[in-house]
Amino acid sequence: MTYIFDGSLQGLLTAVFEWFERKPGKAVLKSTEIFQPEAFVESFTVATDAEKADRVWAGLQKKLKKDSLRKFYCSYLSEIPEAYHHLFQFCIYIFQNQAGSESNYGNEHVIAISKYAKSVEREKHRMEAFIRFQKTGDGIFYAGIDPDFNVLPLISNHFKNRYADQQWVIYDLKRKYGLHYNLNTVEEITISFSHGINKQNPAPVLMDESEALYATLWKDYFKSANIVARKNTKLHLQHVPKRYWKYLTEKAPV
Amino acid sequence: MSDRIREKLNILADAAKYDVSCSSSGGTRKNTNKGLGDSHSSGICHTYTEDGRCVSLLKILLTNHCIYDCLFCVSRKSNDIKRAAFTVDEVVELTMNFYRRNYIEGLFLSSGIFKNADFTMERLLLVVKKLRLEQNYNGYIHLKTIPGASDELIKEAGLYADRMSINLEMPTEAGLKLLAPEKSHKDVIKPLEFVQQQITQFTADKKLIKHVPKFVPAGQSTQMVIGATPESDKDIMYTANAFYKNFALKRVYYSGYVPISNDTRMPILGTQPPLLRENRLYQTDWLMRFYGFKVQEILNDANPNLDVDIDPKLSWAIRNMQHFPVDINTADYKMILRIPGIGVMSAQKIVQARKFGKLRIDQLKKIGVAYNRAKHFITCLDSPYQLKDYQGTQIKAFILAESQSKYLKTDSNQMILF
Repeated sequence: MTYIFDGSLQGLLTAVFEWFERKPGKAVLKSTEIFQPEAFVESFTVATDAEKADRVWAGLQKKLKKDSLRKFYCSYLSEIPEAYHHLFQFCIYIFQNQAGSESNYGNEHVIAISKYAKSVEREKHRMEAFIRFQKTGDGIFYAGIDPDFNVLPLISNHFKNRYADQQWVIYDLKRKYGLHYNLNTVEEITISFSHGINKQNPAPVLMDESEALYATLWKDYFKSANIVARKNTKLHLQHVPKRYWKYLTEKAPV
Repeated sequence: MSDRIREKLNILADAAKYDVSCSSSGGTRKNTNKGLGDSHSSGICHTYTEDGRCVSLLKILLTNHCIYDCLFCVSRKSNDIKRAAFTVDEVVELTMNFYRRNYIEGLFLSSGIFKNADFTMERLLLVVKKLRLEQNYNGYIHLKTIPGASDELIKEAGLYADRMSINLEMPTEAGLKLLAPEKSHKDVIKPLEFVQQQITQFTADKKLIKHVPKFVPAGQSTQMVIGATPESDKDIMYTANAFYKNFALKRVYYSGYVPISNDTRMPILGTQPPLLRENRLYQTDWLMRFYGFKVQEILNDANPNLDVDIDPKLSWAIRNMQHFPVDINTADYKMILRIPGIGVMSAQKIVQARKFGKLRIDQLKKIGVAYNRAKHFITCLDSPYQLKDYQGTQIKAFILAESQSKYLKTDSNQMILF
């Protein structure tokens, strides 16, 4: 049996609801995006239903501790096809067993979710570390990113609490949406970039006049802080994988 | 203007980089005044230098002018280098603007001693007060305590800083006397003790009074230079242990000496910094703080130095084979922590998971146990039956044969002929 859902969190939760209603035995959950019909396997398309989803979510909230709920949500944000299936099976496992089963790390779905959550949390932490704001001409601090996972919902509060006195925009260039903090609240935005603009590093004319100076000072600092006698490229790359270099002011070519 | 500030930053960041502390964790400051910044409890490393060390703080000296002539220090009086000094405003501007761009987690401010201790401490205090009171800055501040500064100044600084530190420099008094005759461990102990007493006092007050200002919420740390003087690993770790115990330090840092002087009392210029030794010391430090080991178990008169080829946890295990094999499904959490190849996270998962059924090898692997290492020390549900009891030395040989040490290339004792 294959269950097909639309890729949304609500859809996933609805799928759990439908499974319990039908009890079709072993089922695999796939999103419409990756579903390919197979000759000898039946399939069932889940119609996303907010009410059913809410009931499942409320059930999970009752069954799971806070940190497990967070792991659940993080795994969903990983957007990895297999993760959806593990989440689906995880829910079934949780509802069929006594409270506390979420810590049975011997169960393949429990351990899988804890792994996905770890990757997503790591990417979230990297974004908190590697995002570099550039001050634009109109005083807004801008950063364009393309994280491996959809981590914007997870980093919103961190930046809101930290940069409470400056307007900022963090834009996910891969998923084409961003966050804008307007000194009071954080709002989701989409930007229609004018053609030919460099979304990662907008041209210097669009920038605040002090931007180039501080970027240079930061590059200088980065160079001075290095101890040449201790050079360790392997360790350096382990901590700052190359795919993040495009974010980093200190790694930009002079 | 910008050229001058660039030059200053280069000189004063360069002089500060030998202080290895860069942690930004343990802070509890919240952004309650709609100002700038807050503390992230676990700290954030914003970038890493090419030597692989993290950069989370803007680490600078206020000045590298110094009245002391400590042999191990680049800023020593007799060293012929460029000198510079920041103004208070320059440090404040740099910190604020770096912070706003998410370059840094906060400021690490240290200084050479100019004129005297109090004069220097006063200037440091000016910077932190300006950041906190005028700029509404709530980011992390790590401030050096200047030995010999007055209690009033140190106490006031503690109200604005998140962490304070003061460096032991050399692991033993004898070593320190050799390279810095003007200094003594006593000068370090006195302010460490004073700050510790204040922290205890403020914590006690907090239980009784609702609004007590924060006082060095992220605690104190210190640093020792390794390999400049001939101490054994035992000397170093026993000193560290005593300081953890007596002053409730959050961290002791071990900084492999990078040769910067051609004085004959120290390793000559061009000597490779003792990176492997440093690594082993940190591993020991972790075993003491997170794995429940007593320092005496790892280092003692029979074993005054740490093994080079294997890590201290493995080395302890093969010296104490009478405790193994450990049954994963029944043993104490404390004992599981001591198994080579099992870390804190895996140990916690094991203890939780085994309530639901006895664990098998494939489950242990998925949980994150380094099974190839751990297999010599454990039994679980489907462990293969073993007829032979291996000696510690044999197990060591097995593990070395299949592991690839990243240090082995540079630190091999084996001569290469061709």
